[in-house]
Amino acid sequence: MAVLVFAEHSNAALNDVTAKTVAAAQAFGGDIDVLVAGHNAGAAAQAAAKLAGVRKVIHVEGEAFSHALAEAVEALVVPMMSGYDAFFAPATTTGKNVAPRIAAKLDVMQVSEITKVIDTSTFERPIYAGNAIMTVKSADAKKVVTVRGTAFKAVEATGSASVETATAPAGPFKSAFVSEEIAKSDRPELAGAKRVVSGGRALASAEQFNQYILPLADKLGAGVGASRAAVDAGYAPNDYQVGQTGKVVAPELYVAIGISGAIQHLAGMKDSKIIVAINKDEEAPIFQIADYGLVGDLFKIVPELTSKL
Amino acid sequence: MKVLVPVKRVIDPNVRPRVKADGSGVDLANIKMAMNPFCEIAVEEAVRMKEKGVVTEIVLVSIGPAQAQETIRIGLAMGGDRGILVQTDVAVEPLAVAKILAKIVEAEQPGLVITGKQAIDDDANQTGQMLAALLGWPQGAFASAVAVEGDKLKVTREVDGGLQTVSLNLPAVVTTDLRLNEPRFASLPNIMKAKKKPIDTKSPADYGVDVTPRLSVVKVAEPKKREAGEKVADVDTLIAKLKSAGAI
Repeated sequence: MAVLVFAEHSNAALNDVTAKTVAAAQAFGGDIDVLVAGHNAGAAAQAAAKLAGVRKVIHVEGEAFSHALAEAVEALVVPMMSGYDAFFAPATTTGKNVAPRIAAKLDVMQVSEITKVIDTSTFERPIYAGNAIMTVKSADAKKVVTVRGTAFKAVEATGSASVETATAPAGPFKSAFVSEEIAKSDRPELAGAKRVVSGGRALASAEQFNQYILPLADKLGAGVGASRAAVDAGYAPNDYQVGQTGKVVAPELYVAIGISGAIQHLAGMKDSKIIVAINKDEEAPIFQIADYGLVGDLFKIVPELTSKL
Repeated sequence: MKVLVPVKRVIDPNVRPRVKADGSGVDLANIKMAMNPFCEIAVEEAVRMKEKGVVTEIVLVSIGPAQAQETIRIGLAMGGDRGILVQTDVAVEPLAVAKILAKIVEAEQPGLVITGKQAIDDDANQTGQMLAALLGWPQGAFASAVAVEGDKLKVTREVDGGLQTVSLNLPAVVTTDLRLNEPRFASLPNIMKAKKKPIDTKSPADYGVDVTPRLSVVKVAEPKKREAGEKVADVDTLIAKLKSAGAI
């Protein structure tokens, strides 16, 4: 049995979620090959070769892969799958974009965002925004799976797999990259951060979000998140959103500030190790899942907390 | 340009789903149902394109039980022109939905299909991408802005680090993210008018698609409950607690 793992990377570096996807593939079993498709992605391929349990890395270079365009990835992966029993991709926006295309071409019903591998055809996954956990068994001969990174512990970088190169499929493809606006920040990336500070609608403006949330995050060395309400109101950019339709995080410490705790937000952070909630409404649902709750005015509490840490 | 918009009937997003005691699924008996919120955004985008004169006709499709006709009516009241109900009591999986939609696209020849990025019941996030693959069309998944530019479609996509803009050859598939638009409420006169708009009723067999599920549900369970902790009196106590827990 063999699994092809689709690597998430920035060409220059491998994203940590790839090591978590390899961990899920290990739970599935069989030989694990990692596909690094990119543009000038040699460094990412070398990093993938160090992941424990990997048999080999397949490195494919092509300009269409610099931004992982779904049409190009489909053309690359579908022919490769004749040699594999399963395709595992991280449930990131990249993985979610490409995996269903591959599944459809293989006539396979994809299993999305698994949180547990039970056996080679049975998986657990959250449904209804995390309000229910479904155990599902696939009758398809090949499996196409996306993996929720927070549910798996990354494999160590103790391996030394070989790196093979493969040829990119010939274009042209029906899509082209135009531009991107990727926020540059010295803070840890939200999805993989050990600590996260999140702000909600109670911050009341983008200025106050920045003024109160960012200094605390920097003091803690934390990534910054936001509730959907805060993002919709324009207080924080969309890629800050924690929740079922945003990012799912499970840090060691999660500090929810002025967040009431809508179900869809809780779905994105309830697996955090320690949750702190600061909210003026003592009935807020967030307190039902918080380890430590502090009822009061965030505009007084947060600066005090920041200065005393 | 004709636009096809698939719409799904799901649990009302304001209702908290309950897992059935026997673990066979989520209890939907006597539960308020609604159009999937991401599908509402898809309908709204199509209507706005029609208002701008870019789109000439909006065809809505729903695949589901007889009551899914109500979901199509909501979309017609928002500004859709006609509907196709592919009636079945099977819980059709995204792959089979994509196959049925591909057949409808063959018959209807739209220049664009706009789907929601995911349904809030099974959270699969697959149908639009699968449809694009089956048709050999490009896709703009998780769109926060869409603009037709000649024979191309410019789509801004919400990605993990921020925003990505791609240019797609038409015809194409777009899947909607939350911030693409704010769907309108249908006015009473439009709800009345929508009752007269035509809906064709079909079956999966009419399209030659086998809807037998590939995935079987072993069980559905409540998620692990997280116990509420304690309320602390002040910042100093909070810091002391976090220190003793080793969190800071």
